[in-house]
Amino acid sequence: MKQGIYEIKSNVKIAKDVYRMVLAGDTSAITAPGQFVNILLEGKYLRRPISICDWDDNTITLIYKVVGSGTEQMAAMQSGSLDLLVGLGNGYNTEKCGDAPLLIGGGVGVPPLYGLCKALIAAGKKVQVVLGFNTAEEVFLKEEFEDLGAAVTVATADGSIGVKGFVTTAMEALDYDYFYTCGPEPMFRAIEKAVEVSGQFSFEERMGCGFGACMGCSCKTKYGNKRICKDGPVLEREEIIW
Amino acid sequence: MVKTAVNLCGVELKNPIIPASGTFGFGYEFAELYDINLLGSLSFKGTTMELRFGNPTPRIAECYEGMLNAVGLQNPGVDKVLSEELPKLKACFDGPIMANVSGFSLEQYRETVRKLDAEPQIAWFEINISCPNVHGGGMSFGTNPEAAASVVAEVRKVTKKPIIIKLTPNVTDIVAIAKACEEAGADGISLINTLLGMRIDLKTKKPILANKMGGFSGPAILPVATRMIYQVYEAVNIPIVGMGGVSSAEDVIELMLAGATAVEVGAANLRDPFACKKIIEDLPRVMEKYKIEKLEDIIGGAH
Repeated sequence: MKQGIYEIKSNVKIAKDVYRMVLAGDTSAITAPGQFVNILLEGKYLRRPISICDWDDNTITLIYKVVGSGTEQMAAMQSGSLDLLVGLGNGYNTEKCGDAPLLIGGGVGVPPLYGLCKALIAAGKKVQVVLGFNTAEEVFLKEEFEDLGAAVTVATADGSIGVKGFVTTAMEALDYDYFYTCGPEPMFRAIEKAVEVSGQFSFEERMGCGFGACMGCSCKTKYGNKRICKDGPVLEREEIIW
Repeated sequence: MVKTAVNLCGVELKNPIIPASGTFGFGYEFAELYDINLLGSLSFKGTTMELRFGNPTPRIAECYEGMLNAVGLQNPGVDKVLSEELPKLKACFDGPIMANVSGFSLEQYRETVRKLDAEPQIAWFEINISCPNVHGGGMSFGTNPEAAASVVAEVRKVTKKPIIIKLTPNVTDIVAIAKACEEAGADGISLINTLLGMRIDLKTKKPILANKMGGFSGPAILPVATRMIYQVYEAVNIPIVGMGGVSSAEDVIELMLAGATAVEVGAANLRDPFACKKIIEDLPRVMEKYKIEKLEDIIGGAH
């Protein structure tokens, strides 16, 4: 974990209520896809945890959805800088999967899977991606995943684009030997029911600090109590108590 | 050269800054960011006899200039604190440690302190009789003078180290409780713990916290802390550890003027993990600005 001031390079709307912000600064604390940053905003007492979508030597890309006054404030920023804690959480373990991993993203859970997809493809994996949204105007990152070389299936609840139904509907037609997912908990429960193979889930929780100090985001696992911010946000299927 | 050292119950601190229990874990997460040996001391995560998971989530809510927490004293239990957490803390911190202890019966307080007493780096016990998060436990001891005094007397049986009683502000007369603790043999008083609060989510129309109520902390509570420290200072002759919304060196000096010998920094650590370091580094500048040569000289200076 590192704290730093990051310059906003761009901040654009890419789907309904969804924005992509690119920040420039030190990225050396990021060690795995699926980690997050914690952002200090003017007038807000607690930081906002946002997953890292992608990063390189000196930029971090965040994709976030406007869900409250903090993210609303972020969406209005065109320039300036932000105080970030960077490289928080464990991130996905890319070494646990076989040759054909499936990435399952639901809504605003999609972004961290992009960095993961990049890492898995670089490791020579044949990656398939299923993205679930409510409706066509919410869809984002589909082409970007395809550009990485992944096979992408989109599912929408209203059928306005792609497979009509949930991610689990789209998954019925696919073969895979491991999964990685991020999204809402009802989607997690459906995956847990439908899928045989092992995998990793990335969880969300209201956090105090984001770096393991306050015990605000704890959960019980089969391997004992864990902090979503520090020991997670990624948990392995085998340890989760549903 | 200004002097920041203070003496708390016979133990010298190089400065009065102590991260508050529950906001600093067992120190080692922060040691990744800076050398925590610059701290006066640290009050570690509230420890109980048995392992506790605490309350269901959400445990955290935000508000103007502060936050609510309903963690519910999650900790691994005193045996694991001794075998796993303290060795990690001692590997990154050489100074005197304040052991924060909670319990749900007199026996639990006594036995937890008895076990921790053997650890030589523990310089004081900070006995939490005020955590508002746990039903039927901490709250009842801290809201009644006799019950508060009974905890002091029980813990006194098993330790010669200074006993500092941490008081809840959620009472009608904090002075009466502080006095009862002093009479029962407490060596110090620490205050204030969090104020009981609630926030309601307009989307769900229900309380945000799963526990419904939680402890309110952060800069917004500083005036309440200042007032209560001032009142207790007038009534007791034992040192006070002040806390409540402290976020700057100026806040530290304000609480010391009210009567605090040392000052704990809580919620600020969660917003900015460098908060304690920044405050310590800024103290000499602020002392010079207000023509303070020795911090010890200003304790209770507002009276």
